[in-house]
Amino acid sequence: MRVSAKSATLLVLVVLILLSPVLFPSGYYYRVGALIFVNAIAVTGIVILTGYAGQISLGHAGFAGIGAYACALAPVHLGLHPSLAMILGAAISAVLAWLVGRPILRLKGYYLGVATLGFGILVSMVLNNERQLTGGPDGMEVPDLGLRGLLKDAGLDLTNGQFWYFLCGIVLIAAAWLALNLYNSPTGRALRALHGSEVAARTVGVDVARLKLQAFVISAVYASVSGSLLALQNKFITPDVAGFMHSIEMVTMAVLGGVGSILGAIFGAAVLTLLPQVLTVFAEYEQLVLGLVMMGVMIFLPQGLLPSILRRVRGKDE
Amino acid sequence: MTALLSVEGLGITFGGLKAVNDVSFTVQPGEITSVIGPNGAGKTTLFNMISGVYQPGRGRVVLGGEDVTGMAPHLLARRGLSRTFQNLQIFQSMTVLENAISGYHLKERGPVLADLLGLPASRRRAAAAASGARELLARVGLERAAEREAGNLSYGALKRLEIARALALSPRILLLDEPAAGCNAVETEEIDHLIAEVAASGVAILLVEHDMKMVMRISNHIVVLDHGEKIAEGDPASVSRNPAVIAAYLGTDAETGAAHADG
Repeated sequence: MRVSAKSATLLVLVVLILLSPVLFPSGYYYRVGALIFVNAIAVTGIVILTGYAGQISLGHAGFAGIGAYACALAPVHLGLHPSLAMILGAAISAVLAWLVGRPILRLKGYYLGVATLGFGILVSMVLNNERQLTGGPDGMEVPDLGLRGLLKDAGLDLTNGQFWYFLCGIVLIAAAWLALNLYNSPTGRALRALHGSEVAARTVGVDVARLKLQAFVISAVYASVSGSLLALQNKFITPDVAGFMHSIEMVTMAVLGGVGSILGAIFGAAVLTLLPQVLTVFAEYEQLVLGLVMMGVMIFLPQGLLPSILRRVRGKDE
Repeated sequence: MTALLSVEGLGITFGGLKAVNDVSFTVQPGEITSVIGPNGAGKTTLFNMISGVYQPGRGRVVLGGEDVTGMAPHLLARRGLSRTFQNLQIFQSMTVLENAISGYHLKERGPVLADLLGLPASRRRAAAAASGARELLARVGLERAAEREAGNLSYGALKRLEIARALALSPRILLLDEPAAGCNAVETEEIDHLIAEVAASGVAILLVEHDMKMVMRISNHIVVLDHGEKIAEGDPASVSRNPAVIAAYLGTDAETGAAHADG
């Protein structure tokens, strides 16, 4: 029964990714879709950290920034292929998350939020101020991944939009698959246990500090990969990727969709990525809307949009 | 020394108040040792010190010959000490089965990478824990509720679920903090039998309980606390006759029930 819940989630995801292009009025929507997937990858990481383990981070854009700038800098300065740069970025994010997380994760609730916020701001400041290296607020160019050319040589000719749509879609499916594996695994259960009651989790032998750190590192890698894909796709990157607003976006997407469910969180990412595309006014009032969405969801739909809708549909006994 | 657990001169002070002061006793394997005393006597505080939730201010806790004073709860769990809580600590949003499985954490845990990738080894560990958990649920009469969300269970059922989770660790010593509190007569008797059965299997039981009938019926040994101090100790018959115990319970001391730091 549990296994089928996992398969069902993956199936829904695969079908949506494959079939949505049928409805696209123009090629532009491939790009929107790819952006949704990029955000959804980061949000899936937030689900592991916040939904499973119950820990709040307001600084995960910092890791997205590291992933993004790794793809911009490593090919130029280290001569790495962009795909390896992405892995390097993920590795740096993981190590940094481990170092930063060790002291931070002793804190609880708001304190943890504030400490991670500080980390995000720190990364953002470094990216803004190290002008010789990062170009500062003006941003910098990111080399081409080169994969699309290879595919073309192999006889698969995709437009740029299509290529990124399917690449990010595949990465998202992999990200969701890993997160779903984790959910019902011993580690996932321990994470959800410490979320439910730290003292009880300790009593059954869960090394709470270690488990929180694992969740933090995993979610940092998710954010980093998301940042890398964004940078490679746009071929240009600014420090905004590491900015406070981006961290808030991630959390809001997760909370909106339902931080306890992978599909819900992806749904949340889709809604908040689409909104500014549909309503151009949204771009101007993004902060206002994000705040209102967050408050509204917390008050009226504490479990998030998708789980609440499903509950309504199925009746109360879910 | 044959005692599995020995508590030696244990004490803790909260803001100048001696919540527990110089308490010593031992617990033998296969026996039920009960800690009783009026509200605020320091029973739960004592439990919290033994189980590593609080750092004792003074004294030692020795488990199986090893000094484990102030050791973190998860390390105590590895050494075979398991407990339940007075105010339930259930993983509310997990299913009943998942709650029971979480008791197998130490047996089922493995590399996080294997769990992420859903490797067969990870799934095998999880499946073994799940089948053990199902057996335990059957033992406490909750097998039919396995797939329900734990938060929806009755209080008495949750009490039994907590015991099942604690038993999943295959503990050498089990600390039960008011396992029958809030349960009806039938449920109390069920818990009663369960505890006796666990003790008979060789596990040492340390019990805090308000239900005096139950305590007198199942205990091998009773420790009486009042105002954080041990005022009596012995078998049920001698303790129930002890004048100091009777005085503490009938409240001849005007200060009985004063605000002590107790769970």
